[in-house]
Amino acid sequence: MVSLANPTRFLGLVDRVVPLLTALTLILLGVGLYLAFFVAPPDYQQGETVRIMFVHVPAAWLAMFGYMLIATAALGTLIWRHPLADVAAKTAAPIGATFCFIALVTGSLWGKPMWGTYWVWDARLTSVLVLFLLYLGLIALWQAIEEPGRAGRAAAILALVGAINIPIIKFSVNWWNTLHQPASIIRLGGPTIDPSMLWPLLVMAIAFTLLFVLLHLLAMRAEILRRRVRALQLTQVERAALVEA
Amino acid sequence: MPNLGPHAIFILAAYGVTFIAVAALALAIVEDGRKQRRLLAELERKGIRRRSASAPAKPDATRAAKPTRKRRP
Repeated sequence: MVSLANPTRFLGLVDRVVPLLTALTLILLGVGLYLAFFVAPPDYQQGETVRIMFVHVPAAWLAMFGYMLIATAALGTLIWRHPLADVAAKTAAPIGATFCFIALVTGSLWGKPMWGTYWVWDARLTSVLVLFLLYLGLIALWQAIEEPGRAGRAAAILALVGAINIPIIKFSVNWWNTLHQPASIIRLGGPTIDPSMLWPLLVMAIAFTLLFVLLHLLAMRAEILRRRVRALQLTQVERAALVEA
Repeated sequence: MPNLGPHAIFILAAYGVTFIAVAALALAIVEDGRKQRRLLAELERKGIRRRSASAPAKPDATRAAKPTRKRRP
């Protein structure tokens, strides 16, 4: 693990892992979509609309997973000042924001036929919207400060402060009287969802998680290269200044 | 494709939005990676390299630095 903290070794690993991970992700997405549309039965209450759940739930999980990844990497940035920790956090933000956006939009598209409205200021929906805004704030902060080290430290502090929102999202359905249904999969008494729908959901969740990891590895590789380009461009400017002097 | 019932438009829209968002993100990430590789290659072509990339090979240097044991006369 320690050797992977070296950016050059990390790049070598990414080059080896990406083709395999791409193939695995595409296969699982194909299987998951087949199960979601052709194997899972319609729900006795929601009817066919339950099929939205197979993208909505994994996207919502990954929106929270992405933020936890950023918060964990923020500790690496602030405590060990490791450059790869900042690279991991910075590149996870747009991916987490995209999955958060998907969770919000697909939730709205499910809400209209089931609740009769696209949106309510319910504790779960509002806290997920706050998560999306936190993602946008983090992305804006990284863009606003030019020097990567300073930007990383500022973003790490904001990320750690915002991490308080994650337990609020998770337990909002227990702490407040919400229109959003309570937890039906990750709960103490086990899942309440029927296995005929649970399995397609789990396959889609694994496929989405692999997709997240794949995109994150590719984005980390691009960010490491961007920092190398920046360092070389600075060297080029320094050399030019020396020649002029 | 099964009959998606009266709410088909909502189901298809949910999967459509998901596909478009993920595809746009993936394309942006892949294109960014290609751009950075291109920029790095251009800089290296101009002779600007990282210190670690232009450093001399290590094995010979370590061998030369190793003290050799001398025999007593």
